[in-house]
Amino acid sequence: MSNEQQIPLGKDVGTGLKKISTSSTASGLQTGLFTLASSLAAVVIALAICAVLLAVTGKNPWQAYSTIIETGTEGDKLLEMMKRATPLIFSATAVAVGFKMNLFNIGVEGQYLFAALIAATVGSRVSLPAPLHVLFILIVAVVAGAAWASIAAMLKVGRGVHEVISTIMLNYVALSVIQWLFENFFRDKGAEGLNVKTKLLPASGRMPDIVDDRLGGMFFVALFVVFLYWVLVFKSRFGFRLRSSGLNPGAARTSGIGANKMIFISLLVSGGIAGLVAMQSVLGEIYAYGPNATPTQLGFLGIAVALLGRHHPIGIVVSALLFGFLDSTSAQLQLAEIPSSIVKLIQAITVLTVVIINEATIRWLNKRTAERTAATLIHRAEVAAS
Amino acid sequence: MTDGKQHSLSSDLAVELTGIEKRFPGVIANYDIDLKVRRGTIHAIVGENGAGKSTLMKTLYGMHQPDAGTIQVNGQLQHFRSPSDAIASGIGMVHQHFMLADNLTVLENIILGAEPAKGVRIDFAAAHQRVNDIAKAAGTTVDIDMPASELGVGQRQRVEILKVLYRGANILILDEPTAVLVPQEVDELFANLRQLVNDGATVIFISHKLDEVLAVSDEITVIRQGTTVTTVLPHEINRKQLAELMVGSELPSPDGRDSEISTEVRLQVSGLTVSAPGQRDLVHDATFGVHAGEIVGIAGVEGNGQFELCTAIMGLLPCTGRVEIGGHDVSKANTHHRRNAGLAYIPFDRHREGLMLDAPLWENSLLGREHTPSLNRGPLINGAAARADCREIIDRFDVLTPSETVPAFALSGGNQQKLLVGRELSSEPSVLIAAHPTRGVDIGAQAAIWNEIRSARDQGLAVLLISADLEELIGLSDTILVMFDGLITATLDPASATPELLGTYMTGGTVEAA
Repeated sequence: MSNEQQIPLGKDVGTGLKKISTSSTASGLQTGLFTLASSLAAVVIALAICAVLLAVTGKNPWQAYSTIIETGTEGDKLLEMMKRATPLIFSATAVAVGFKMNLFNIGVEGQYLFAALIAATVGSRVSLPAPLHVLFILIVAVVAGAAWASIAAMLKVGRGVHEVISTIMLNYVALSVIQWLFENFFRDKGAEGLNVKTKLLPASGRMPDIVDDRLGGMFFVALFVVFLYWVLVFKSRFGFRLRSSGLNPGAARTSGIGANKMIFISLLVSGGIAGLVAMQSVLGEIYAYGPNATPTQLGFLGIAVALLGRHHPIGIVVSALLFGFLDSTSAQLQLAEIPSSIVKLIQAITVLTVVIINEATIRWLNKRTAERTAATLIHRAEVAAS
Repeated sequence: MTDGKQHSLSSDLAVELTGIEKRFPGVIANYDIDLKVRRGTIHAIVGENGAGKSTLMKTLYGMHQPDAGTIQVNGQLQHFRSPSDAIASGIGMVHQHFMLADNLTVLENIILGAEPAKGVRIDFAAAHQRVNDIAKAAGTTVDIDMPASELGVGQRQRVEILKVLYRGANILILDEPTAVLVPQEVDELFANLRQLVNDGATVIFISHKLDEVLAVSDEITVIRQGTTVTTVLPHEINRKQLAELMVGSELPSPDGRDSEISTEVRLQVSGLTVSAPGQRDLVHDATFGVHAGEIVGIAGVEGNGQFELCTAIMGLLPCTGRVEIGGHDVSKANTHHRRNAGLAYIPFDRHREGLMLDAPLWENSLLGREHTPSLNRGPLINGAAARADCREIIDRFDVLTPSETVPAFALSGGNQQKLLVGRELSSEPSVLIAAHPTRGVDIGAQAAIWNEIRSARDQGLAVLLISADLEELIGLSDTILVMFDGLITATLDPASATPELLGTYMTGGTVEAA
């Protein structure tokens, strides 16, 4: 690349530098393309591995994949894909915020379930005009998620407890606390059996659907939160400090960025976003929290989605959609007598291959960058010498 | 010394390197290296920090492969793919940092990885016998049944040497062996090495301490900026000439200042103490002031409290006592506020405390300055302004880089350091703490950094300079403080201070004893 840059002979070193610097934006774009290509390659490899597994177990991989594609690309299923992707976008973004400063928030699961219970309960006991009521419930959910995450934050900052340990443990604590609160205080006395729930939200506290019964407004809230994540983490001063603390905690601290403060704030932000994970269900589907009705496991899936999307805003949305797409086809697969667990298999293997291939790509890119930089400088020095 | 020379006359070459070249991303660490080491001699390799000594020794020890050139050991052409190949041909390396397992005995440490076996059991009797023989032959008096945890620094090094000898090495590479030793231990080490050489071993010893090089070696090869400059005999050359060979020019003139030290105290440290539980204070009752336009140097062997002193002044380490910047008490302020009060810091380790290697240069130059209004747009970072600001630093401090968007890891150490110095100076500080500002950088960058520090000082900057390079300290400082064991033990005038005098104070000696 550097060779294309003609540096006039006899010019001083500084001039040469400025000439070459114009080519650097191209390399940033290239890096992005390589990243995209490697992610796509990983998905293809994952599909190939799954095809082998299917073939070995006596199923026809071609049939499985064509079922997935045929059913998944129907209009209905595309809406379902977006709907299924919505909570994953929230949980992956929550994980990504922590990851950007090397904090692994494994506690999204507990944070969102706790937030769902609190938001559903509080939301059903206030009356506000429609848009404000929904907004109020969303805010309660964010605050409740952040509050639950703050326990891990306090343990980390105050006692040095590693957040992986504390957030995993707090997931179990959350389940017990939720059960206790629900059974003793928040349960709607009317319902019985498997159908127990908190009191239903009034009509003013329900999120309007975009497409009737197919896609709720939370999908757009999710896209908005991803946009906020992008601005906050990649564009803002706070985000710069957060990423610096993740890239080199020692250098960040030496530069006057308070590590404890950053840990605290980023875990709260992460927990706050986590609080929104179940809101699609609470505000748009069951209008309440119910131990058997509110979806679970989304916090852990979010980790996989965040990894697959490389913690990048667009990556997160795309991988959540991919997961949603695969999920939306699983019922159809069962009808075609193909085990629907193939979907989980593809998801899991994709995450693994992406992690492995990304690591290799990054190393290769770093080496290439270093070599090209060296080559540019040597070339420039030769020109300056001649 | 005399019998050493006798050997060198009669013997042929133990090691011969021809045209060795080794490139790393962004730097050519070695090129056109020619080195001839005679068997049965102590051969010193001298050069400044960053001249490429360690790279060369790693090549010889098989830790990486040269990009060009040949290695001959005892006349045989060798291609080392790993250190075990080098060990097999009789080369052993004693690293600067010791690697002993504390919970094993000296004997166990020495035989670790090459245990004499009797069936599946370790034959301790045979091991004991062999190690004792080797220790005796090497003139070492370490009790080999002692746990390694009880050894002092000098003894640890002796054990490392025994370890290498036990593996059959007769060519020993010692990387800066005296860096961690006190003078008596240095004498002991050299006596040991001399005995080994008299028994037929060959020692290659890397150092930048000229006095000991002149005292102990039979031949000296000088490395400068990645290549061998010349090989000299110690009696043909004096200390100053050797230093000039290393630097490649006249030594930097001690002072060229045309400005006055102001009476305004910019940094005042009073009674600063850093305590460690169950130990002596890491810094005890440090009191000194730095005036506007003054450079106060701190001399000391590493690990005598300089790091703790600097980090405490920066607000990174809890301490008692008072720190004032420009007359304002900042003892209770955090790092961020201290920096805002005018403090800047070139840290000890640029990779650990200074730069984000994976981030582009412009983000690196923004670190610690991200709140500067001109680089912001409301709560957001103004990327274009930050990149322009980085380009200014690159131009002004002559950072060699294709652009401000390359990641920091792609630059050579000297250029990384120039960027770091540029970043710290461009916040227009009133006080700069500069820890080893030119460590591991090439000569050109060193001169550039010195000039920047000097010109900032001429404009009134107060500088606290910490350096292991005594020439740098004497050349730049207006006052030199010596730290030993957490205490400031002496205040010297650089005009009358010699490296020897500093060395005496740095090792806890007094002038009478010297």
